[in-house]
Amino acid sequence: MTGWVLRRIGQMALVLLGVVTLAFLMAYAVPGDPARLIAGPNADAATVASIRHQLGLDAPLWSQYTAFLGRLARGDLGTSYALHGAPVAEQLAQALPTSALIAVGGIVWQLVLGVPAGIVAAYRPKSAADRLATLGALIGLSAPPFWVGLLLLYYLAYRFSIFPLNGLGDPLWWYLALPTFTLGLAGAAWYARMTRAQMLEVLRSPYIQMARAKGLRERTILTRHALRNALTPLITMIGMDFGYFLGGVLIIESVFGLPGVGKLTYDAIDQLDVPIVTGAVLVAAFFVVVMNFLVDLTYAVVDPRVRNRR
Amino acid sequence: MDALLDVDDLVVRFATPTGDHPAVRGVSFSVAAGERLGIVGESGSGKSVTAQAVMRLLGPAATVASGAVRFEGRDVLGFPRDELRRWRGAQAAMVFQDPLSSLNPLVRIGRQVTETLREHLGMDRRAAAVRAAELLAEVGIPDAAARLRDYPMTFSGGMRQRVAVAIAVSCSPRLLIADEPTTALDVTVQAQVLDLMDRMTAELGTAVILISHDLGVVSTFCDRVLVMYGGRVVESGTTEEIVGAPRHPYTRALLGSIPAMTGPLPRRLPSIPGSPPQAGAHVPGCSFAPRCPLAEDLCHEVEPSMEYGVACHVAARAGERP
Repeated sequence: MTGWVLRRIGQMALVLLGVVTLAFLMAYAVPGDPARLIAGPNADAATVASIRHQLGLDAPLWSQYTAFLGRLARGDLGTSYALHGAPVAEQLAQALPTSALIAVGGIVWQLVLGVPAGIVAAYRPKSAADRLATLGALIGLSAPPFWVGLLLLYYLAYRFSIFPLNGLGDPLWWYLALPTFTLGLAGAAWYARMTRAQMLEVLRSPYIQMARAKGLRERTILTRHALRNALTPLITMIGMDFGYFLGGVLIIESVFGLPGVGKLTYDAIDQLDVPIVTGAVLVAAFFVVVMNFLVDLTYAVVDPRVRNRR
Repeated sequence: MDALLDVDDLVVRFATPTGDHPAVRGVSFSVAAGERLGIVGESGSGKSVTAQAVMRLLGPAATVASGAVRFEGRDVLGFPRDELRRWRGAQAAMVFQDPLSSLNPLVRIGRQVTETLREHLGMDRRAAAVRAAELLAEVGIPDAAARLRDYPMTFSGGMRQRVAVAIAVSCSPRLLIADEPTTALDVTVQAQVLDLMDRMTAELGTAVILISHDLGVVSTFCDRVLVMYGGRVVESGTTEEIVGAPRHPYTRALLGSIPAMTGPLPRRLPSIPGSPPQAGAHVPGCSFAPRCPLAEDLCHEVEPSMEYGVACHVAARAGERP
């Protein structure tokens, strides 16, 4: 097990190096001239050239890359082109808690809406409840989040003023209710379908038949013997969603005006603020890779078969 | 003596996309207290479905269309939910074919043994754990108390089936249904598990229904044998009668495919030509007729009824069992 953990950490480091390299190349290859952007439209060629030299943009690719890696190792993600030279790391650190709140809220909604629907649907297949859950999942899957978000904002925030229109305030959950619900709705459909499929399979398995033959209560069969087996695969979905959401949920954050990583990235792309975009990509990739590892680790804790194999 | 279990003209139908198909077509038998009944047949003969119907474990696609199942005179098919739950596991228990999948992989062995004790015998956690360790020791699990905390995957197939037997007998049931309990095991382990079932049920006076495709396994264990084919009972009798003087051509063919222990072995083991009837492909006459070496015109037209313990036109002409 320890050997496996160390091996996985080594693999993670390699993947992250790959991501860092790609992010660097992407920033290098992106069209547009950051020096011109900083200098402003009226600057002369000499000024632009001097800024380009300051930024190190006139150095060869290889030395730019090693310098980039060196800064990264010190936790320096560079400075923003557009935000008056603010450190990128600081900007991201300020945005991250908001994205984390949205991520947690979104996942909670996914679980609360999706899992019970999936269980009910699987328990009584082809019943009215199953059809209702399937229909709900279909709507959740096909309704685009920006549209759902705007509808909710229009009716619940603007027309009836039940929820705040945008931004964050006090109490926090009040401001997060609509954006996290919007985020969770689409995901809940996936969770419901996954739960239903897993439950159907588990309910057909011999150990459930055996549990019935043992004369256990239906509740015990469901909670002790079926749910645990059926919901284990959801760990992957939760972990991957969390990693993915931490990288910022662009549409949700933009629609609801929330200052998270997604909003930061959106604005940075708009202003060709390459260091911020690169930093956001790195943060997103970092969380996806780390969550992937944590998912594997969780499996080893939950499932004795996995633990033994490692 | 009154029968412990009485199955009367049981019909089980399966709903399939092409319509309803009978899997069990009018099966009747009874089991006395402490008796051991073997049900033999190929896959698809309806023997497992019969067992599942008795235990009310049929899947959503299958329904009991008609017939009755009585346990000590009580109507099992009419049990309300709570009565069914109290009956299953406590008075009628079951051992399944595949011990790899019939124990829950994510639940510790101890929990899987104690949950029945706690549910039916009302034991508290500690008493149940003590009893579980005793049970595992009785079925021959070494270091039983320590192994309660282990998961099924750390047990071999034979050991898992021992655990399954321990769970089945834990509440001293009056009836144990074992559906192919040794099929998934190595031959040497098969004998051990049969011995174990023999010992555990003899001590408790538990009646056993042993379902197997292997007439050899059944004949060593059972007092009486039912031979099933195409969803019906085609022959029944004491083990001596069935093995010593089989009358139905199918039973004879089954026995013919067991090599004799003495004399020269055949170069190839004989097999029964053809394949058992598919669900839904029902023929008007005897369902074994297409494969039967003795089949006459009558066999293809009229389904034989059970007479003198055999459902066969040809065998019935010979009259009562000699």
